[in-house]
Amino acid sequence: MTAIASDADVTASLQAKFPAATLRPSVDHPAVNVPMGEVIAVLQWLRDEQGFDYCVDVTAIDWAEDVSPRFTAVWHAYSTTGHRYVRVAADCTDDENPSVPTATGLWAAADWHERETFDLMGIHFEGHPDLRRILMWDGYPHHPLRKDFPLAGIETELPDIEVAEETQAKVIAAPMAGGPFVASSKGEVNMTDAEPRAKDESWNEQTPKPE
Amino acid sequence: MATEFTVPDVAAKTAAAANQEFETEKMSLAMGPSHPSTHGVLRLQLELDGETVTHCAPVLGYLHRGDEKIAENMTYNQFVPYTDRLDYLAPLASNAAYAAAVEKLANLEVPARVQAIRVITSEMARVSSHLMGLGAYGIDVGAWSVFFYCFTEREKLYTLFEELTGARFTTSYSRIGGVSRDVPEGWTDKVVAFCDQFLPILEEILKLLTRNKIFMDRTVDVGTISAADAISYGLSGPNLRGSGVKSDLRKDRPYWGYEQYDFEVPVGSKGDCYDRYLCRGEEMRQSISIITQAIAIFPAGSYYAEDARRIFAPKKAKILSSMEELINNFMIVTEGPQMPAGEAYFEAENPKGTLGFFIVSKSGGVPWRMKIRGPSFCNLSILPKVCQDELVSDVVSILGSLDFVMGECDR
Repeated sequence: MTAIASDADVTASLQAKFPAATLRPSVDHPAVNVPMGEVIAVLQWLRDEQGFDYCVDVTAIDWAEDVSPRFTAVWHAYSTTGHRYVRVAADCTDDENPSVPTATGLWAAADWHERETFDLMGIHFEGHPDLRRILMWDGYPHHPLRKDFPLAGIETELPDIEVAEETQAKVIAAPMAGGPFVASSKGEVNMTDAEPRAKDESWNEQTPKPE
Repeated sequence: MATEFTVPDVAAKTAAAANQEFETEKMSLAMGPSHPSTHGVLRLQLELDGETVTHCAPVLGYLHRGDEKIAENMTYNQFVPYTDRLDYLAPLASNAAYAAAVEKLANLEVPARVQAIRVITSEMARVSSHLMGLGAYGIDVGAWSVFFYCFTEREKLYTLFEELTGARFTTSYSRIGGVSRDVPEGWTDKVVAFCDQFLPILEEILKLLTRNKIFMDRTVDVGTISAADAISYGLSGPNLRGSGVKSDLRKDRPYWGYEQYDFEVPVGSKGDCYDRYLCRGEEMRQSISIITQAIAIFPAGSYYAEDARRIFAPKKAKILSSMEELINNFMIVTEGPQMPAGEAYFEAENPKGTLGFFIVSKSGGVPWRMKIRGPSFCNLSILPKVCQDELVSDVVSILGSLDFVMGECDR
C-alpha cells in the first residue's frame, strides 16, 4: 500500500493504470468513469494499491427511461488510513436488463448494498452469491426507485398468494398523488412544473384514476 | 448371587437400540419482527441446533418507507422532516448531516454560529442516543435499573431539545444553510447545567454495568468482531471503533469546526460486546466535553447563511415588510432552494455510525437522486457472520451491542 499525496494523484495514477478511465465531474471527492468491464479491476486496484479498504456504498442512478445509457452504477470507497473518499461510476450498457459485476469478492459490505440496488433499481449483479430482494418482500414485482415507477405506487397483491385469494386484500397505493408536498422531479426552474404536485400526472383530484 | 436373565427383555432391547441414534433435527426460529430485543422491526430467521445458532438470516424492510423515492419528489427543505425519521433516536444529528450534505453540493459555507449549534445539538443527540442504547442494552441482558437512570437523564435532554426546536422527537431543526431558529436566551446555560449534573450520574450509571459480574459474563468474549471484518463489512461508529479501528470522521475529516475541540476517540481492544459498550460509555464523556467546549467559545453571529438568498428563506419580519423578500420567500417555498448541477457525497459521524447522503442534482430545487447510507444497515450486515455458532441467548446480547435503529436501516 502506497501513501497517497493528494486527491488529484488518485485519479492521475488511476488513469495511468487504466487508460480507459475518464474524470467524472464532482464537487467534492475524486471521481472517475470507467468501462463496466474494468470496474472490478479498478476497485481491486484502489483497495489493494491505494488503501481504499472501506466500501462506503454501492448504488445506482436512473437517468430516466428515455435516456441511454439509462443506468449508472456508483461505488464510494473510503480509506480508513488515508481518510479520503473516491467515487467510481460505470454506465450499464444494457438499458433493458442492466447488469453489473459484483464487488462481494472485495468487500463483504457490498453484499447488502448490491441486494438493495437490485431490489430498488432492478440492476442485476453478476456473480452475487445471494441476489434476493432485501427491503421489499420477495414476491414484489417492481423496482420502486426507477424513474418510471410512480411516486403514488402501484397496487400490488400481497406477497402470499393464498392470503391474497382468501382475503381479497391488496396493497393500496400510497395516497401521495395530488398531495400537497409533491413537487416535480424534472429539476426545471418552471413555476408550473415546480409547483407542488404529484409526479404521476396521469391522475389527480380532477382526473380520476384509470381503472 | 447375580441374577441371570435368560429371556432377553424385548422392550429394554428396543429402547436401547433406538437410543443408539438420536433423531436430531435443526429448529427454525423466527426472532422478531416484534421482539423486544430487536429494538424495532427486525426479523432474524435463525436455524438452531439445540441452543446453538447454525445459521442466521436477517430479514429487513418492515420499516421501509421509500425515503429515497420521496426525496426525489420534493424540494430540499421539504425533506428535512423525513431525516428525523432516519435515526429517530438522534434526529438532531440526522437533520444536521442532511443539511451539511446539501450545503456541500451548493458549495455553501455556513456561519461559525451555525456550525457550533450543529456540534452542540449533534453531541447532545449522541448522548441521548447512547443513553437509550445503554438503557435498552441493560434490559436485554437483564439489568433493569440502568434503564431508569438512563431515561431520567434522556428526559432532561429532550426537555432541552423541546425548548430549542419546539419538538421533543421530530425536531426538524436544520434548514439548508442554517437552522430553523436561533438558540433561545439562556438555553446554553441550561445545557451547561445539564452537563455538570450529568457527569457524576453517568459515572454512576456506568458503575452499574462496567464491573458487574452478570453483565460481564453476558458480554465479554461474546460477539467478537475482528478489525478486518469490521472494515470489510462496512461497520461504522462505536461498532467499528470497538473492534480497535481508530476511525472517527470528526477527527479524520473534521467538519463543522470539530478540529477546534479537544476530545479523544475511544477504541476497543477485542471487538466483543463489552468493548462496544465501553466505547459508548467513553463517547458520552467525550461528547459532554465537546458540548462544554463549544458553549465556552459559542460564536455570535447569524443562525443562517445570509448570503444564500436563493437558498435560505428570509426572516418573517422582512417578508411582511419588503416586496423583494416576499418574492424571494415565495420562490424558495414554491421552487425550492436552487442548487447547482453536480454530485456530492457527505457523511457525518452520527451516534449509530456514519450517516451518508449521496445527492445527484440536475440543478433546480429537487434532487434527481438521493442515496441515503444508513449506518445501521451496514452494521447489521455482519449479523450472519457474528451470530454463527453463538448461543441463542447471546444473539440478544449481540443485537443490543450493535445498537442499531431500523428507521435508518430500512429507510
